[in-house]
Parts: sequence; structure tokens; C-alpha cells
Amino acid sequence: MLDDTDTAAVQVDNVLEVNNIEVIYNHVILVLKGVSLNVPKGGITALLGGNGAGKTTTLKAISGLLASERGEVTKGSIKYRGEPIHHADPAETVKKGVVQVMEGRHCFEHLTIEENLLTGAYTRSDGTAAINADLEMVYDYFPRLKERRRSQAGYTSGGEQQMCAVGRALMSKPETILLDEPSMGLAPQLVEQIFEIVKSINEEQGVTFLLAEQNTNVALRFAHYGYILESGRVVMDGPAKDLRENQDVKEFYLGLSDEGRKSYRDVRSYRRRKRWLS
Amino acid sequence: MPEQLAYTIEVFLNGLMAGVLYALVALGFVLIYKASGIFNYAQGVMALFAAMTLVGIQNGQVPFAHLINAIFGTDVHKFGWTVHSFLAILLTVIVMIALAWAVQKFVFKHLVGQEPIILFMATIGLAYFLEGVADLMWGSELKALNVCAADGVCLPQGLNMWIDETTFNAFGYGFFIDNLDIVASIVAAILVIGLVMFAQYTKQGRAMRAVADDHQAALSVGVSLNFIWVLVWSLAGFVALVAGIMWGAKSGVQFSLSLIALKALPVLMLGGFTSIPGAIVGGLIIGVGEKLFEFLIGAPFLGGATENWFAYMLALLFLVFRPQGLFGEKIIERV
Ligand SMILES: Nc1ncnc2c1ncn2[C@@H]1O[C@H](COP(=O)(O)OP(=O)(O)OP(=O)(O)O)[C@@H](O)[C@H]1O
Ligand SMILES: [Mg+2]
Repeated sequence: MLDDTDTAAVQVDNVLEVNNIEVIYNHVILVLKGVSLNVPKGGITALLGGNGAGKTTTLKAISGLLASERGEVTKGSIKYRGEPIHHADPAETVKKGVVQVMEGRHCFEHLTIEENLLTGAYTRSDGTAAINADLEMVYDYFPRLKERRRSQAGYTSGGEQQMCAVGRALMSKPETILLDEPSMGLAPQLVEQIFEIVKSINEEQGVTFLLAEQNTNVALRFAHYGYILESGRVVMDGPAKDLRENQDVKEFYLGLSDEGRKSYRDVRSYRRRKRWLS
Repeated sequence: MPEQLAYTIEVFLNGLMAGVLYALVALGFVLIYKASGIFNYAQGVMALFAAMTLVGIQNGQVPFAHLINAIFGTDVHKFGWTVHSFLAILLTVIVMIALAWAVQKFVFKHLVGQEPIILFMATIGLAYFLEGVADLMWGSELKALNVCAADGVCLPQGLNMWIDETTFNAFGYGFFIDNLDIVASIVAAILVIGLVMFAQYTKQGRAMRAVADDHQAALSVGVSLNFIWVLVWSLAGFVALVAGIMWGAKSGVQFSLSLIALKALPVLMLGGFTSIPGAIVGGLIIGVGEKLFEFLIGAPFLGGATENWFAYMLALLFLVFRPQGLFGEKIIERV
């Protein structure tokens, strides 16, 4: 998809900078052990890694949702447009233009699709006309949502709920969307469709994306730049194109090795062995 | 019209009126429970507190007079003025909002994410604390809620003559319906319609429902849980005030008022803890049910006094056969 775009060109201006953060849950569980990443304005940045690597935790540290789960950024800093946001509450961060789409969609089940979308505009104060215009914009990207606008979100399909979650985030007029695991539980075709829409939102609306994904294959096809996280640390990063061609990534995350797809455990023991050998 | 039927209809109507009050109290529970998962045991005490505050303000009582006198050796009791009823109601609403804010700020803010049982215990604590505060603030003696305040604004009392006459002319039997009950029903209906419209069609109402569905997701779109919780406690406080006025006008403002919370429990089991229509219908069913049961079965066959337990028995039956209540929100489960 993006093989031929010049990835270096978009990496000039970082809107979001995560500097060596450490995150602790419940005062004792150390989950992120110094994660740093830069999110360039207008780009799609992927955050990759297996179960429990710390992707969700990183996104929640940025959005401020960590506090409601008794998690805390204990070291390092997160800056959005130069301003520290790691102690801000989620509402402030949304007003600054950063909104998170949570893993597992989290639509408001008993609200209709349209009410879900309107709730996304909660922090806005630019008037009904502007909000309705954006509602139409969301319906243009997701025509399916327009058909289901009067249905209770809880009764819509997984794909529709994912669209609803992304649409709801768009309604806050964000500059940056933190998108957590959009592919989760969706059929490959639908995953492709959702990523295509993310890409056009990125290109047409200029929305910056930070995308957490286990589905490395899809994520690296659509992203410009990628970070690979493993047990709370960034173990590799680079332009998406390079990562896709990297032998290790191919082997561990894309399942392209000659011996066939490896399990995460294999990856870990391999890493240990490799570290030990080197 | 046969006499027995006429009596039955009258009992039915009176039951409806009593049901309206149960429904009002239950409504306060539902609001808070839906938005925060807290079962607010203090709802009844809030009604008492609201009614006492209203009476105190109306009569120009000095709040915490006993405390002030004990500390400073003074002897103040009254400001020497009376407050117009509407102004007094407005001031009481402000007090209830302040209470909502304080409850959120000093109690529940610190208990976010705790087990439901802990939140429930906290509301029991709150109930007794509030009862103590009400006592300290306004004194513990029984007070008549001035159905006619000094300014001449009256809650209507007594038999509705028009209904009595009309039904007498039509059926040869005049129904006894209390004016106060009629007013209570109308006020309750307006309150419920208002609340439903608020929840359904306003931005904050939508956010309130969103919070009820999914706290985390509501946070993620920038809704402040704190604000929404203060909002629902304020609304519950307002509902408590209305219930307190109606109940207080009927049987005086006294500490037993706080026990109406216990009457609301069976209503909730019947109507479901999360449904506003459920609270209304549940309240009416219990109100009518207990009056009719007493009239038709209790008094003639069981030696009376069935009103004390009928509601609980009915609720128990419901718990066995339909645990989510009549209108309990469907738990959406996709396969
Ligand atoms: N609320 C919490 N309290 C304690 N530990 C937590 C909490 N949330 C996550 N963790 C732990 O933090 C680690 C990282 O979890 P996180 O959800 O960030 O991983 P992830 O990369 O998003 O994984 P997945 O791909 O499975 O979603 C895990 O070991 C998890 O058990
Ligand atoms: Mg995750």
C-alpha cells in the first residue's frame, strides 16, 4: 500500500512524544519499563506486539484512562504538542484533540448508533450545525452506520460496533486517534475494509493515528512507521516498509519463516537464546 | 352500582395514589443505581432531610441552633422571618445539590472501582450520618409540613368535592379522593415525564445513559464521571424532595419518613433496578396491590394488617419467577 510513499517525509513534526515511561498498576505491577515513541503529525504509526506486551497500557497512559484502572505513569513523560499530558484527565486530553478507541469497541449498548456518535461530540462546544455536519461526514465514511442509526448498538454486529467506535471518536473532531486493536474478532475482509477507511480518514481529514495491533501483517501494510513492543519494552522500530522486510519480524510476527508460523512462546525462547548467544 | 364494587374501585384509586409515592422514592434509587451501580440506602433519609430542610427554611429556623447555642452560650432559634414557599423550595433544591456534590466529593470519589457491597455499606453509613445531620441542623421534634405556609401558598388538602359529587351523581356513590393525592400524582407524572425527556433528548441526559452503560467508554469520549454522578445525586435529591413534601404533607415530617426507603425495595424488585418505567409501574402495582389485598382478602379473612408484608411477599414471588423485574433492562448478549 505505502511501499512507494516517501515515509521519511512525514516524520518531521511529532505531535506526540512518549519519553521513557514506566507504568505501574495497583502500585506494584510494573508493566511498562521505559517505553519511548514518537508519533509524527499526519501519519499512521503502528504499535505492535503479542498478548500482554503493553500496547493497550501505552495507549491508556497517553489518553489518561490509566487512572481509572489504578494504573499510573511513575517515570518519564508524555507530551502532546509539547505539553505534558501524562497526569491530565481524559476529558482534558480529549479537548486537546487526542481520543482513544478502546480495545473491544466499548459502544454504549443501550444507546442507538446515532446517540453513540453524538456522545462522541460531548466535549465540543462549536454548535449543533457543526456537529451535524460531522455526523454526516461519519456516515459518509461508514454508510453502514447510517442504515443502522436507529438500532441499539448492543444489537449490531461486531464490525458495525467497531465502525461505531471509530465514528464516535471522529465525532470529537480529533487531531489524533489512538486506535486499539481494531481487527480484534473481525473477519479478514472486514479488517481490510476498516483499515481502508482508517487510511482514508488519515489522508482526507489529516487525522494522526497511533494504532495498536497484534495483526502485524495488516498493520504494517497500512502504517508508515512501526514500533514493536515486548514485555513492556520497545525492542525494535523503523519505517513500516523496513519492518516488513526485516527477517526477525517476518519470522516472528508475520509468520513467514520457512518452518511455518511460530508461537509466541517460541519467539520468546528464541529471543532468550539469541540474547544469550550474542 | 353495587356497593362492594364501588368500594373496590375507591380502594383501587387510593392504592394508585399511594403507589405514586412509592414510585417517586423508587425513582430516586433507579437514577443513582443506573448511573453508578450504587444502591443508595440513604434515599429515604434524603427525602426526610429534604423535607426537614424545607420546613426549617420556611419557618425561618436557624440551622444548627442547638450546636450554636451550646458552643457560644447564645439562645437563638429563629431568624424571626418566614420564607415564601417557592423560595424555600428553591433554597432546598440548592441544599440538595450541595449535598450531592459533597457526597460525591467526600465519599464516592474515593470509592471508585470498589465492590458494590462496599458502596452499599457506604450508603448505609451515609444514611445514618445524614439522619444525624438533619437532627443537628433542624432539631428532632415532629414537625407538620406547613401545608399552608405563612405566605398563603397551600398544598390542597381534604376531600375532592368535585369528584365526590360527580361520581355520586353518576353512580349514586361518591368516591373519596384526597386532593393532596391528586396533586401528588400530577406532580409525580410531570416529574417523570421531565426526567425521561431529560435523559432522552439532552446532551447531559445522553451522557448520563452512556455512563450507565459503560464508564470507561464514557471517560474515553471525555465525559466527566464526577460531574455525571453529582448530576444524578442532585436529581435523586430533587426527587427525594418531592417525595418528602408529599409524604410529609400526608403524615408530618418525622424520622419514620426515612423508612419509606424500605417500601421502595419491593417496588424495585418488581420493576427492576434499572428501569424508570419499572419504578413507576412497580410503585403503582404495589400501592394498588397492597390496598386491594387488604380490602378484599386481608381484612375479611386474615385479620388485617397485611399491608405490612404484602409488598415483600409479592416482590419475593417476582424474585423467584422473574429476577430481572418487570422492565429490568435486557442484558444484551450477543452470540
Ligand atoms: N488493570 C490492570 N491491572 C493490573 N495489570 C494489568 C492491568 N491491565 C493490564 N495489566 C497487565 O499489563 C500487561 C500489559 O497489558 P496490556 O493490556 O497493555 O497488553 P496488550 O499489549 O494490549 O495485550 P493484548 O494484545 O492482549 O491486548 C499484562 O501483563 C497485563 O496483565
Ligand atoms: Mg491490548
